[in-house]
Amino acid sequence: MTLLLLLWLQASLLGLGVLAAVFVRFRATSSIVYGAALVICGAALSLAAAYLLGSGAFVERATLPLGIPWMGAHFRLDSLSAFFAIVVNLGAAAASLYGIGYGRHETEPVRVLPFFPPFLAGMNLVLLADDAFTFLLAWEFMSLASWALVLSHHREAANAHAGYVYLVMASFGTLALLLAFGVLAGVDGAYVFDQMRARPVDGRLAGLALALTMIGAGSKAGAVPLHVWLPLAHPAAPSHVSALMSGVMTKVALYGIVRILFDLMGPPAWWWSVVLLTLGGASAAMGVLYALMQHDLKRLLAYHTVENVGIILIGLGLALAFRADGAGPAAALALAAALFHVLNHSLFKSLLFLGAGAVLRATGERDMERLGGLIHRMPRTAFAFLVGSAAIAALPPLNGFASEWLTFQAILVSPQLSSWTLRFLVPAVGALLAMSAALAAACFVKAVGVTFLGRPRSAAAAGAREVDVLSLSAMLVLALLCLLAGVFPGVVIDGLAPVTQRLVDARVAPQLAMPWLSVVPIGEGRSSYNPLLLFLLIAVSMSVTAFAIHRLASHALRRSAAWDCGTPDASPATQYTAGSFAQPIRRVFGTFLFAAREEITMPAPGETRPARLRVRMRDLVWETLYAPIGRVVGFASHQLNRLQFLTIRKYLTLVFALLVTLLLALVVWH
Amino acid sequence: MTEAFQFDVAHLLAGGLVLVSFMLLYQARMYALLNLFALHAVVLSMSVAWQAYIQGAPHLYVTAVIALGFKGVAIPVALHRIVQQLHIHRAIEPVVGVGPTMLIGIGLVALSIGVVIPVTVATDSLAREDLAFALAVILLGLLMMVSRHNAVSQVIGFMSLENGLVLAATGAKGMPLVIEISVAFSILIAFIVIGIFLFRIRERFDTVDLRAMEDFRGERR
Amino acid sequence: MATVLVQGVQLLLVLLLAPFLTGYVRKVRARLLRHRGPPFLQPYRDLVRLLHKEVVVAESASRLFRVAPYLIFSAVWVAAALVPTYATELAFSGAADLIVIVAMLGTARFFLALAGLDVGTSFGGIGSSREMMIAALAEPALLMIVFTLSLLAGSTQLSTVVAYMSGPDVGVRISLALSLVGLIIVGISECGRIPVDNPATHLELTMVHEAMVLEYSGRHLAMIELAASLKLLLYVSLIAAIFAPWTIAEAGQGVEWYFVGIAGYGAKLAVGGFALAVFETAVAKMRVFRVSQFLGMALMLGLLGTLLLFVSRTL
Repeated sequence: MTLLLLLWLQASLLGLGVLAAVFVRFRATSSIVYGAALVICGAALSLAAAYLLGSGAFVERATLPLGIPWMGAHFRLDSLSAFFAIVVNLGAAAASLYGIGYGRHETEPVRVLPFFPPFLAGMNLVLLADDAFTFLLAWEFMSLASWALVLSHHREAANAHAGYVYLVMASFGTLALLLAFGVLAGVDGAYVFDQMRARPVDGRLAGLALALTMIGAGSKAGAVPLHVWLPLAHPAAPSHVSALMSGVMTKVALYGIVRILFDLMGPPAWWWSVVLLTLGGASAAMGVLYALMQHDLKRLLAYHTVENVGIILIGLGLALAFRADGAGPAAALALAAALFHVLNHSLFKSLLFLGAGAVLRATGERDMERLGGLIHRMPRTAFAFLVGSAAIAALPPLNGFASEWLTFQAILVSPQLSSWTLRFLVPAVGALLAMSAALAAACFVKAVGVTFLGRPRSAAAAGAREVDVLSLSAMLVLALLCLLAGVFPGVVIDGLAPVTQRLVDARVAPQLAMPWLSVVPIGEGRSSYNPLLLFLLIAVSMSVTAFAIHRLASHALRRSAAWDCGTPDASPATQYTAGSFAQPIRRVFGTFLFAAREEITMPAPGETRPARLRVRMRDLVWETLYAPIGRVVGFASHQLNRLQFLTIRKYLTLVFALLVTLLLALVVWH
Repeated sequence: MTEAFQFDVAHLLAGGLVLVSFMLLYQARMYALLNLFALHAVVLSMSVAWQAYIQGAPHLYVTAVIALGFKGVAIPVALHRIVQQLHIHRAIEPVVGVGPTMLIGIGLVALSIGVVIPVTVATDSLAREDLAFALAVILLGLLMMVSRHNAVSQVIGFMSLENGLVLAATGAKGMPLVIEISVAFSILIAFIVIGIFLFRIRERFDTVDLRAMEDFRGERR
Repeated sequence: MATVLVQGVQLLLVLLLAPFLTGYVRKVRARLLRHRGPPFLQPYRDLVRLLHKEVVVAESASRLFRVAPYLIFSAVWVAAALVPTYATELAFSGAADLIVIVAMLGTARFFLALAGLDVGTSFGGIGSSREMMIAALAEPALLMIVFTLSLLAGSTQLSTVVAYMSGPDVGVRISLALSLVGLIIVGISECGRIPVDNPATHLELTMVHEAMVLEYSGRHLAMIELAASLKLLLYVSLIAAIFAPWTIAEAGQGVEWYFVGIAGYGAKLAVGGFALAVFETAVAKMRVFRVSQFLGMALMLGLLGTLLLFVSRTL
C-alpha cells in the first residue's frame, strides 16, 4: 500500500516536470511547481516515516508492466529504502521550500524548472528499485536530470567544463555499476534482486563486484580518487540544486553501496572492509585538506561532502568487518553510526548550501575574499549558517558530533577483530578521522569568519540584504532539525533498528529506554553520552552567569573603534583573508600533499610596485590519474581520426580485409 | 616477584629499545646522535641483564657486560673522536623529511608485530614479545641507514641493527656465549674497516656526504 | 542524592581553584627567576576588577562577539566539572566520556576563534589560524591516547578508567608512560603554555591565545581568562585522575574519604603546577612551525603506545 502510494507520488513528480515545461513562460509557474514539489515530497516523507516507525519489518513488493517485456519493473519497499527515502525527501522538501523564494530570481527558468521534479523522482525511484534494470534506469535518469541542471547557466565557461566532466564521470560510473550487476547476476542473467540474494558470490567474483561497485557508486558519492567532478559540478548548479546534489544525491549513491554490499552480495569477507576503510580514510583526510585551500564558498562545501562521505564509508567498512567476524552488535553499532551520519550530513550540508545560495543571491559573489561583515546585514542567514557550521564541525551537542561519537565508539571496539591487518588499520583510520574532524572545524571557522564576520571587503558585501521569508524558513527548519537530532540521538538510533536488523541481524540496545535519555550504545560503564543534559547545563550556566554578572557587577557597554594594538587601519584589506587563514595548515600539510610553494617577488630597491606573494598548488590526484588518461584517450582518438581522411581505395581495402578476416575466423572455428 | 611483573619489566625495556630507535631516527645533531646510540646500548644491556635474571641464564650477564662495554662506551668514544677529526659536526638532514620518516617507522613497527605475533602462537609470550620488538629494531636500523645521507649516521644505523639481533637472540633462549663473542668481534672488525674508509672518503672528497660521491660517479642528475 | 552533592561541590571547587592554580604557577615561575612575583590571590583581584569595568566593543563587532565569552566559559566549566577530581561518583558523569569532554573544549575553541575573527583585525586572524592549526594536530594525538586507555581499561568513561588505574591490574606498562608524555604535550599545546604559546606575551609574533582575545575588555575578558584558567585546571586534573588516581574516593566509601580526596587533589595540583612552572622556565618558546613537529611527536608516541599494547600480555 505504502509502496504503491510512493510510486504514484513519483509519477506525479514526473507529470509536474512536464507541466513545468509547458507552462514555464508564466511567472507564477515557478512558485507553483516548487510548492507542488514541496507538498509531494512532504507526503512521501510522512509515508516513509510512518512505514519505518510502524511496520518496518514487513517488506512490500510491486511489479509494473513497464520496461523490459519479459521482466517488467520490480519495486520494493523495505526498512533500508524507507530510511533513505526519509533522508531524500527531507532534503528535497527543504530545497523546494527554498526554491519557492529563490526561483523567482532565476534568469532562465526554462533550463531549471522542467528538470527539478524529474530529478527528485529519479532519486526516489533508485531507492525503490528491486531489479538491476529499474535501478540503472532510475540512476541514469537522476544523473541526466542533474546534468541538465548543472548546465543551466551554461554561458559561463567554467560551468560548461563542469558539465562535461560530470557527464563523463557519471557515464563511467553507470558503466561500472552495469558490469557490477552483471557479475552479480551471473551467467543465467538473474537480474531481479531477489534472485541475486538467493545466490551469493564469493572469492574473486566478489572482489570484482566490490571493485566495480566502489568505482560506480563511489564516484557518484564522491570518494577519493573519483571525486574530481564534485567540486566542479556542485557549485555550477543553482544553489538549491547544489544542496540536493551534495546533500541528497551522494546519499543515493551510498544507498547503492549499502544495498549491494550488505544485501545482494551475501556474507562478506574480511578484506572487503579494508577497501572501504582505506577509501574512507583517504577521502576524509584529502577532502578536508582540499577544502581548506579553497576560497570559493561553494567549492569549499563540495569538498566537505567528499570528507563526510569518507566518514560514512569508514563506518560502513567497520560494519562489514564486524559482520565478517560474526560480531553482530558491533556491526549494528557501526552501521547505525554510518546511517546516522547519512541523515546528519544531508541535514547540515543542505543547510550550508542553502546559506551559500542566500549569500550568492544577496551579494552576487561566491568568492570569500570579496565578502565579510555579512552578519550585520543578514543576521538570520548568518545564524542558520553558524548552526550548520557548528554541526559539520562535530561540536557537541549538535548532530554531527553524535554520529561521529558513535563512529569513534565503533572504532574503539575494533581490537576484538580477528584479522591483524584490521587491528592495525582501524586505529590508523581513527587517527585520520580525528584529524579530519579538527581540520573541518578549522575550515568552518574560516568559512564563517571570513564570509560573515569582520568587515566587508567589497561594495557588494557592504550592500547585502536579507533574503525572503521562505528561504529563511527552509534554512531555519533544517537548523532546528540539526539541533533536535543532536539532542535526541536516541530517537534516530532506535528508528534505525529495523534497518540494522535487516542488514546485519542485530540492533543497538534500545536507547529511549535508557535513564535520562542517555546514549549508551555498548554497555553501562563502557561509554555514555547525554546531549540533552549537556545542552541544558550549558544553557543554564550561561544564563545564570550572564544574569549574575549583569546584576552584581556591571552591564555597561560602549562602542568605539577597534583596539588593534593601538594601530587600527580603516582599510578592510588588512583583515585576514581565506588564504591567510589557511596558511599555517597549508605550511604543515600542503607542502607534502599539494606540492604547495609560496613565491615571493620583491621589487628592486627604488621601484614603487608592491611585492607579490603567490601560492602555487597542484592537484596531485588530477595530475597522476586523470591527466594521463586524458592524454592517452586524446592520443588514441587522434590516431583513430586518421580513419576519417582515407581515400576511397583505402576504404574499400578495409572492407575487403574485414570480410576476409571474418571468413578466416569462420574456417578456424570449425 | 610475580610473572606478570617480570613480563611487564621485560616489555618495558624492550619497548624502551624501540623508543630509543625512534629517537635515533628523529635526531639531527651529530653529538646527540652518538649519545643516543650509547643510550641504545645501555637499554639493551639492561634488557639482556633482566632476561638473564628471569631465565636464570648467567652467560647472558656476560653478553650484557659486553654490550655495555663495547657499544655503550668504547664505540661511542671512538666515533666521537672520528667525528671530531673529520669535522662533521653539521646537522644531518634525512632524505624524505622527519614527518614521513617517522610515519614509515610506525608502519614498520606495526609490520613486525603483525608478522611475528600471529606466526609464533605456540611459543611463550616473553619470547614472542622479544622477537617482535627485535624485528622492529632491526627494521628501524635499516630505515635509518636508508634515510640518511651522512655516512656516520649509516654506521650508527648498522650498529643499532646489530643490537636488535642481540635482543632477538636473547629472547630465543639459546645463543651460547661463543657465538655472541664471535658476532661481537666481527662487528668490531667491520666497524674498524668502515672507520678507515670514512677517513679515506674524507680525504678524497672533503666531505662524508654521500651525495658528493653520487655526483662524482654521475648517478645523480 | 550524595552524587548530586558531590557534583555540586566539584562545580564550585573547580571554579574557585582555577584562578589559584594560575596564580600559583606564576608565583613559582617568578621565584625560579629570582623575582618576588605577584601574590597568589592576584588572579582573583584581576577578575573582580575586570568584572566591574565597562566593556568597550569595536564598531565592527557583532552579537557573536558579546555572546561568545559566556558560551566559552560555560562549555569549559561544564567540561571541568565532569573530570573526577576528588571523587568518581559525580551525578553527571554518565553525561560525558573522555571524547565528549575533549569535544566540549573544541566547542569553546571554535567560538573563541570565531570571536577572534569578528572584529576584522589582523591580530585576531593570526591567533585564530594558529589556534586551529594546533588543534588539528593535537586532536589525533589525543584520540590515540584515548584509544590506548580504552584498550587497557575497557572503557572511555572516566569513572571506570580511574577505577581501573587505581586497581591492581595495571602493571608497569610502557604504553602508559608514552601516553602520559603524549597527554602532557597535548595539554601544554591546548592550554597555550610555553613552549607552544606564551601566556604573558604581548608581541604579535609570539601570540596565539592572546591575539584572539585582544579586542576583549571588562567582564567579557574576565570570562575568557577564567575559562583559560579552568582549561589549565582541567588538563592538570585529567592527568592526575588518570595517571595518579590513588586518593580519589570511589563509590561506597565513607565520608572521610572525600576529605582525603580533596586533600590529595590539592597536593596533586601543587605538584603539577610546580612541574609546569619548572618546565616553562627551563624551555624556550618554539617557532610556530616547530609546534607541528612537537605535536607530531605526541602523535607518534600515541601511535607507538597503542602498537606496543598489542604485544602485551592480555592480547
